[in-house]
Amino acid sequence: MTSFFGASVQRVEDDRLLRGLGAYLDDLGDDALAAAFVRSPHAHARITDIDVSGALDVDGLVAIYTFEDLPGRLAEPLPLLIPHPSLTHGRTPYPLAAGEVNHVGEPVVMVVARDRYLAEDAAGQIEVSYQPLPAVVGLAAARAAQHLVHDDVPGNLAGNAVQENGDARAAISAAPHVLELDFEIERSASTPLEGRGVLARWDGQAQRMRIWTSTQTSTGVRAAVAAKLGLALADVDVITPDVGGGFGVKIVHPWPEEVLVPWAARLLGQPVKFTEDRREHFIASAHERAQQHHVRVGFDDGGRILGLDVRFWHDNGAYIPYGLIVPIVTSTQLLGPYKPGAYRVEFDSLYTNTVIVTPYRGAGRPQGAFVMERTMDAIAAALRLDRAVVRERNFIQPGEMPYDQGLIFQDGRPLIYDSGDYPALLAKLKELIGWDQFAAYQQAARAQGRRVGIGLGCYVEGTGVGPYEGGHVVVETSGKVKVATGLTTQGQGHQTVFAQLVADELGVPLADVQIVTGDTRRFGYAVGTFASRAAVMSGSAIALAARKARAKALRVAAEAMEVSADDLEIVDGIVQVKGDPASGIALGTVAVLSNPLRYAFDDAAQAATQFAGGDASRPPVAEGEEPGIEGRAFFSPARSTFASGMHAAIVETDPDTAEVTILRYCVVHDCGRLINPRIVEGQIHGGVAQGVAGALYERMAYDDAGQLQNASFMDFLMPYVSEVPARIEIGHQQTPSPLNPLGIKGAGEAGVIPGAAVLAAAIEDAEGFPVTSMPMSPSDLFELRRTHKDTP
Amino acid sequence: MSGGEELHEVRLTVNGAAYQVRVPARRLLSDCIRHDLGLTGTHVGCEHGVCGACTILLDGDPVRSCLMLAVSADGAQITTVEGLAEPDGTLSPVQQAFADCHGLQCGFCTPGFLTTITAGLRATPDPGEQQAREMVGGNLCRCTGYHNIVASVLRAAQIQRERAARRP
Repeated sequence: MTSFFGASVQRVEDDRLLRGLGAYLDDLGDDALAAAFVRSPHAHARITDIDVSGALDVDGLVAIYTFEDLPGRLAEPLPLLIPHPSLTHGRTPYPLAAGEVNHVGEPVVMVVARDRYLAEDAAGQIEVSYQPLPAVVGLAAARAAQHLVHDDVPGNLAGNAVQENGDARAAISAAPHVLELDFEIERSASTPLEGRGVLARWDGQAQRMRIWTSTQTSTGVRAAVAAKLGLALADVDVITPDVGGGFGVKIVHPWPEEVLVPWAARLLGQPVKFTEDRREHFIASAHERAQQHHVRVGFDDGGRILGLDVRFWHDNGAYIPYGLIVPIVTSTQLLGPYKPGAYRVEFDSLYTNTVIVTPYRGAGRPQGAFVMERTMDAIAAALRLDRAVVRERNFIQPGEMPYDQGLIFQDGRPLIYDSGDYPALLAKLKELIGWDQFAAYQQAARAQGRRVGIGLGCYVEGTGVGPYEGGHVVVETSGKVKVATGLTTQGQGHQTVFAQLVADELGVPLADVQIVTGDTRRFGYAVGTFASRAAVMSGSAIALAARKARAKALRVAAEAMEVSADDLEIVDGIVQVKGDPASGIALGTVAVLSNPLRYAFDDAAQAATQFAGGDASRPPVAEGEEPGIEGRAFFSPARSTFASGMHAAIVETDPDTAEVTILRYCVVHDCGRLINPRIVEGQIHGGVAQGVAGALYERMAYDDAGQLQNASFMDFLMPYVSEVPARIEIGHQQTPSPLNPLGIKGAGEAGVIPGAAVLAAAIEDAEGFPVTSMPMSPSDLFELRRTHKDTP
Repeated sequence: MSGGEELHEVRLTVNGAAYQVRVPARRLLSDCIRHDLGLTGTHVGCEHGVCGACTILLDGDPVRSCLMLAVSADGAQITTVEGLAEPDGTLSPVQQAFADCHGLQCGFCTPGFLTTITAGLRATPDPGEQQAREMVGGNLCRCTGYHNIVASVLRAAQIQRERAARRP
């Protein structure tokens, strides 16, 4: 039998999307009223007055709401989703500002009108008076704490955390060589092509709420809205339509709009919709990445790290609804494939009067990889050793797996790597890019007046974090298989890869399997799509559910065919005695047999009525059995599974314009067994593009007053095709995970993680001076050249 | 739609079908197509003409429908993503190429790429790789890193040639 696992089958999602028949959030709810928001123009201010009188005459106006109008729990701050003992001063926003605003873009007034044009007309007539307060912008200002973002948060400090494995400071003091290094990364953001959006319908007769939202967690939104509006969970449905990209920003929930829109829909008895525009997405969703790091590292003559002490500062923006996840990920995943000797890490998470910071693809790992890989390069430079050799000497060896880093990971579980082969990955990468031949190439290029450089970067990524996901598989009497899982999808191709798994497990054609994700009506228990977890978590759960359905089908068929279930197999949707196609009955028929009926409504049902035969002495549904061919299963692993990879790039820097051109970009990657290689490669391509973007182009240009100067696609330099490498050369390695039934690891974030580290290293190699801060624009590089010319 | 505003009659031919709508002068063509005509395959990613997701073919030329008012399109022949497939429902060469080459992930930017490339291949039926890159150089995609989109352009040209050769 052909296996779909491991095959690059074409995506089942595509036909619909290519015909323009996708249904994204703003494609729904043509009959809905439109919501628009008056947002703060100030980074930090007290609201002294809100005058809505000018808006009241606007044609088509339906309602205006301010904080004063919010009842009950809606008038409380939004939830702090991930509390942590180290998060001592967690602050979250109100759905509408309660007297104070803390970043440009914070919602102050909600307007509902007949359409979006009119809602914006009305919003434009509302006058909010502010008393501006000093704005805290950037980490330097946050650390100086001359001004406070929140009056009751001293030092702007949301939380401080320390983890230590061994006595790092003592190890560094005793080390033959010590380096002190500073590294900085600026802000970027997920920036999906589709922004946020939410549509709500209140059914007054049934007293039920139905919500469509462009989210990475429909069950999370459901629970949050139910709690805020005082509804039973059973009375709220949340449906994730087609989602135009997420990359992390849509895991945050509930957004202010996600509770306000359903509330207004219930109050008004009419459907209400909010569709975010591009400027709103820049100033009112979430960013990531900004961190400053100070490293002390002690090492021996061979470049082996004996002690590593990292202190860093994380800019969490105005509020911290997603907790300390990003800096915790940096502090743990920084270690990558290495044994650091003794390790100590401490971070401060600090408030600033800017947009909130929550995970963006990579989620703290790009910063960690930047710090660790730049440190490796600095050690190599100090000892005049090959950069690859220094890495090799610090690798965890395959024989040391599972490897306990002695820290607590972001899921609250021990940071134990389950499997991986880092020396083999590096050998593969060196071969792919021609590492050992580069010196000659560089020398020849220099002779022609060209500046070229090579860099590499390694990472280990904890994927498939818990607590759980589930899956449900049902075989219909048509033989078609309907599958549901609760987590959501934003373009990863889940409908294809999950169908591949089910088709293999059940022995049915791929085309007969249909997957539904992110619809609480179909599956109510789920966590969400983040941390490269969907394939590992829902994939495993769905495979287990399919195995249950298969066992049930064989049991029912065995009885009907009067053979042992052990002698049966399912081939192409037919249950048959092994190797005997003539003996078979269709899986749909088995579904008919499994469900004894009283009423016939079609031919298949006729065959299943209680008058169709069967042993009259036994109950129609045997004890311990249920009608139908179904399987339902959950997967809850003890720990995350750790994928790994290494990238290398060759760049050329223009001697005059300081422009950086990527000549080659190579990726070797190990995410365990590949379900669909083409889809994994697509994830890598997209991730690398975002890595390049964060290294060379994207930054959030806040001025000192907290105004985001580049809040549009004109000014935020998201790469076009001209900015990404023409070719990304990919090599796979497959080290199965022992932690799940499929042996797989996550692949979603991998491509982005080492981008800044690799390109910084390559630029450094081309230019001959240290590169410690990213992104690196041509003007940044130009300035660096001037600095290093002045101080050779 | 507005109550107080003056409405203007606009006649459009979209994907071969005649439409007549009454819209305020400020109604964007993208909003008119999506919300007045119900053709939601055309997507809006930035509303300032940079991302290209809303690209339609206006009298055959690729145009950003978010940068144009519906009233200024009066009398125009428009093709949206819904009108790209062959009359018998077969995916167009460009659509088929995207399916073949994994040229899309979330699919939100895709309609703008499909229309842009459809027009591009009319002008340059046999593009080299550099021409393929230039053809899609004005559209943003956040998912794919463009690699498979460029491959899709080349594949589309190939499918176009194959289909032309099969035609009697």
